[in-house]
Amino acid sequence: MFSAGETVRVKDEWPEAAGPVHIRTPWYVRGQRGEVVRCLGEFANPEDLAFARPAEKRPLYHVRFRKGAIWPEAKPDDELLVEIFGHWLEPAAGERP
Amino acid sequence: MNILEADSERLLMAVRSLLERKGIVSTTEVMERMASTDAASAGQGARMVAKAWVDPAYRARMLEDGTKAAEELGIVMRGMPPLGVLESTPAVHNLVVCTLCSCYPRAVLGYPPFWYKSASFRARAVRDPRELLASEWKTVVPDEVKVRVVDSTADYRWMVLPVRPAGTDGWDEDRLAGIVREGDMIGVTVPAV
Repeated sequence: MFSAGETVRVKDEWPEAAGPVHIRTPWYVRGQRGEVVRCLGEFANPEDLAFARPAEKRPLYHVRFRKGAIWPEAKPDDELLVEIFGHWLEPAAGERP
Repeated sequence: MNILEADSERLLMAVRSLLERKGIVSTTEVMERMASTDAASAGQGARMVAKAWVDPAYRARMLEDGTKAAEELGIVMRGMPPLGVLESTPAVHNLVVCTLCSCYPRAVLGYPPFWYKSASFRARAVRDPRELLASEWKTVVPDEVKVRVVDSTADYRWMVLPVRPAGTDGWDEDRLAGIVREGDMIGVTVPAV
């Protein structure tokens, strides 16, 4: 579990390369650092749900990213707020979001 | 049997009676959902926004739990994904997009506008929202206002609570609801008098 304010990194993983998947983590945030805003609750893992497999509930977080770190056109202070499942996040303490 | 060639009315009846017999969905629930789908429109979200503008306690409840706040106004939320409300302020402008598909808070905003589902809107909204809003909607977000793009990627649905425009002092809820448009609650436009 992650807490509000914690710096996290979205896993730089690309399961798409291995076969059919259903993933709700956008490409543009993979490998990026962000800050947990809050936990939105627990929801059935869509990666299993989409294939009618038993889907266990996983925590879903609202994670804030600095737009300037991702897109060259962005004003540095603008931000992106994205729903990301906990199993896509890893701690990145000590790093600036 | 080729399902594509089946009589659609009979197929629907068969599926509905199976759902009922297996205790998955009752006819009452189907009728209730049909009624709420028919009633869903941006007018519902506009009622919530107008109430939040005149009632600070409701505004607080709405920001805490959008689903409960919608239900308070008689909007049927059963079976719908949880609703989150994003508060725009003089310092922050929220814009909602779903880059992965077309997630949209249908219970309170109705069917999404055609452009909301377009690849162009979805790509431009996350990459260069200021340019997108200015060139397509003439919505210019001042430099000192932060743009927050909310990518609706998973189980929540999001609507924007826009800033109440100047020149509306003393207006009642009905009159205020009348100026709130669908785009104001997505964040591509801002309410104006």
